[in-house]
Amino acid sequence: MFMKIQNMETVIEIEGLTKRFGQATVLSDIDLRVYASEVVCLIGPSGSGKSTLLRCINFLESYEEGSVKVLGRLMGFEETPGGRRRASERVVRASRLALGMVFQQFNLWPHLTVLDNVTEALRSVKGLPRAEAEDIGRAMLAKVGLSEKVRSHPASLSGGQQQRVAIARALAMAPKIMLFDEPTSALDPELVGGVLEVMRDLAAEGMTMVVVTHEMGFAAEVADRVVFLEAGRLVEQGLAEQIFQSPESPRLKAFLKSWNDRRG
Amino acid sequence: MDLGLIIGSLPALARGAAMTLFVSLTAIALGLVLGMLLSFARMSENRWLSAAARFYISALRGIPILVLLLMVFYLLPAVGLEAPPLVAAIAALTLNTAAFQAEIYRGGFAVIPPGQIEAARVLGLGETRIKTRILIPQVIWLVTPALVNEIIVLLKNSSLVSVIAVTELMRVSQQLVSKTYKPTEVYLAACLLYVLMNLCLSALGSRLRRRIGGASAGGRP
Repeated sequence: MFMKIQNMETVIEIEGLTKRFGQATVLSDIDLRVYASEVVCLIGPSGSGKSTLLRCINFLESYEEGSVKVLGRLMGFEETPGGRRRASERVVRASRLALGMVFQQFNLWPHLTVLDNVTEALRSVKGLPRAEAEDIGRAMLAKVGLSEKVRSHPASLSGGQQQRVAIARALAMAPKIMLFDEPTSALDPELVGGVLEVMRDLAAEGMTMVVVTHEMGFAAEVADRVVFLEAGRLVEQGLAEQIFQSPESPRLKAFLKSWNDRRG
Repeated sequence: MDLGLIIGSLPALARGAAMTLFVSLTAIALGLVLGMLLSFARMSENRWLSAAARFYISALRGIPILVLLLMVFYLLPAVGLEAPPLVAAIAALTLNTAAFQAEIYRGGFAVIPPGQIEAARVLGLGETRIKTRILIPQVIWLVTPALVNEIIVLLKNSSLVSVIAVTELMRVSQQLVSKTYKPTEVYLAACLLYVLMNLCLSALGSRLRRRIGGASAGGRP
């Protein structure tokens, strides 16, 4: 399986990524590649930098050193003969279109209907006419099992339903890669399943996914590769079964043990 | 108490009240646009723009409306701009309310979770679209109570424009008093009209808020 992956096209290439908030270094010298159709789960304790790493991929966070390339395109910066300089707002926007993102807090727009949430970017960014955008929007909502909620407002939906709308909203723009930032952490336990099911379907369809998660079960089942971060460093990465069955670093062992203990 | 006089003066007072409403609501509407722009400038990452907006807001909140009104009325002709009293009145009230409205809107923007803006950015929405489609509609809803309050304050303050001969409710009342020498009756009538206008405006405000709220299933985070 790993061999097959290695022969595939690289869609995200991160090299020597270092990110600081003031004096604190939150990511240091991260190297990571993600291949087409791969599901990569980022795991690690709180504050390990996994969400920040995800946010650097679509340049929601800037970075100080190294490079993040998505489909060969450097994120957030332009190489010039005089060195690297910050890319314009327009260029950053364009380079983000390959990436869909789903947040822990859903971040739906509460004043718009579910359908308007999903079609907003289709209309204002891709310039599609309303009817065409709504056809796509309905198809995406059907895909996440929410056809009957088209005219509802987010506040009338459960957390799990809201998160599925957020996934539909991201998918509507036909991204090449989906980023998930702890998509189930804000959900009541009984609502987690529906969201994971949608993500499982996406993975089965061959969507490239990078998922920050605390759901070790999901990671073990769906991830092709698992990456363990701690204190801003990439400590260990490998195939999912390898990471969960035979972890090498003592830190990863300790992390998995504490997770298993909590699970009882 | 001469009730007949009050009833007899009602048509004139009502015309004055209409002018009061016109001046105040025009200033509120213009102040909404200017105040919104000011609040964006105030929150801008550009330090100079932000400092300029902050200066404007503090300065205008510090100038008494009467002083501002007379400044606009007398200074504009001095620099060659002929301003009829009505225009000067609306301009002064707009300049004043814009400063207060800017702070109201800034408070509203601060309440919207930044994640909503991130979600919009990630989807490729431009900054202008984010403001007009995502932020402003929510902010207007959020600040309706504060805005209604500002309308009431401005409506009462508009009585000051009587000093530059705009024939609104206060001016009409003064004219009636000088004709009839019955200040008690006339000013009581004017007082009741001010209260009535403000009650109507605040009822309208709550109704509007309920209606918009109802359209979005009531609940907001």
